[in-house]
Amino acid sequence: MMATLSDPMAPSPFRVQGVRKETYDTFTLELLPANGATGFAFAPGQFNMVYVSGVGEVPISISGDPAKPRTLIHTVRSVGTVTKKICQPQAGSVLGVRGPFGSSWPVEQAVGSDVVIVCGGIGLAPLRPALYHVMANRGKYGRVALLYGARTPEDLLYKTELPKWRGQFDLQVEVTVDSATGGWRGNVGVVTTLIPPARFDPENTVAMVCGPEVMMRFTLLELEKRGVPSENTFVSMERNMKCAVGFCGHCQFGPTFICKDGPVFRFDQIQPFFVTREI
Amino acid sequence: MATESLERILGEHPFFKGLEEPYLQLFVDCASNVRFNAGETIFREGGDADKFYLIRQGKVALETAAPQRGSVIIQTLGEGEVLGWSWLVAPYRWRFDARATELTRAIALDGKCLRGRSEEDHDLGYELMKRAAQIMEQRLQAARLQLLDVYGSGAGSKR
Repeated sequence: MMATLSDPMAPSPFRVQGVRKETYDTFTLELLPANGATGFAFAPGQFNMVYVSGVGEVPISISGDPAKPRTLIHTVRSVGTVTKKICQPQAGSVLGVRGPFGSSWPVEQAVGSDVVIVCGGIGLAPLRPALYHVMANRGKYGRVALLYGARTPEDLLYKTELPKWRGQFDLQVEVTVDSATGGWRGNVGVVTTLIPPARFDPENTVAMVCGPEVMMRFTLLELEKRGVPSENTFVSMERNMKCAVGFCGHCQFGPTFICKDGPVFRFDQIQPFFVTREI
Repeated sequence: MATESLERILGEHPFFKGLEEPYLQLFVDCASNVRFNAGETIFREGGDADKFYLIRQGKVALETAAPQRGSVIIQTLGEGEVLGWSWLVAPYRWRFDARATELTRAIALDGKCLRGRSEEDHDLGYELMKRAAQIMEQRLQAARLQLLDVYGSGAGSKR
């Protein structure tokens, strides 16, 4: 029996099975259902509300493989009261999970097209399920490029997986960091500098973008300059989500709610609001 | 490398896209093929900036020395990119070190010669400045984004 969303406001218990330290402030948690369910089905790009008893609840993107739903994987950056608690679990800790919520990356729409994934910082986490899906169905897609930017080499996520992905002949993986000391042999520069030389046919490409909003603004301009149509460009938005089902209005973004209509949006559908500072 | 081959390489490079034939030939006359081994210094901060490079293969790190941090890489440049613009702006001194991080092949262009030709022929100078300005604009935008430190401690705080 898979965990299901019978009551979207009631958290289900999940036991912390393992914690991996990704960077000094970012951790990946493996969670198993503690209520007898056998797994947790989700679509790439969806998120959960993760609840720490007595502390609070936060939206966290799912970062695991959608084809392996037995374990629920979340990569969490420890930046606030709740995420700090999530990242310091005691052995066998139980977290409350509501979800999965929201829209997903267009992995089916992208079939037959080139795929370019552009992510910055922890933005790789919500895109990793999409990458897993594309790689598991590699024959259905054209060229695939992962363009990933981080602050420094120490801030890169998934350090054991990145070299494996890079070693695949059918996936272009380019990584850059904003600053580095002399020992770093990779690229230095912002993630947008990876777009012009990336190998994809702009007119036949689906782009998926996730990262801090400023990074996404620059990235979208660069993708437009390269010729990727805005109706083929998808972004994952972030706002202060509370209920996750469109009741409370905390995450309203123009005429949409990030939790219910997003977090993944086709860019041309939110373009007018994207640069509106008031929202 | 044969002149004909240099002409083809320059003609295909985005920096020279749309340049009229007589001007392209002038650039060919000022160009030479160069190679740098991994770890080799291409130029040093403070040195005379009298060349610029079109990278054909490899990777170059622009570096500076920062107190307490040692050598800091400001930016890396790779295949198809243009290295150096200090040759175009007085006092024509390199602002950073450039080091090949892997075997790098490039076309070196004599900036001093091109400055002189541009003074004589302002149409050529304008073509050159248009192209250089585009690269400067891209680098400026990238530097601004870098300065914003978008992945810093404030990013992702909602989750």
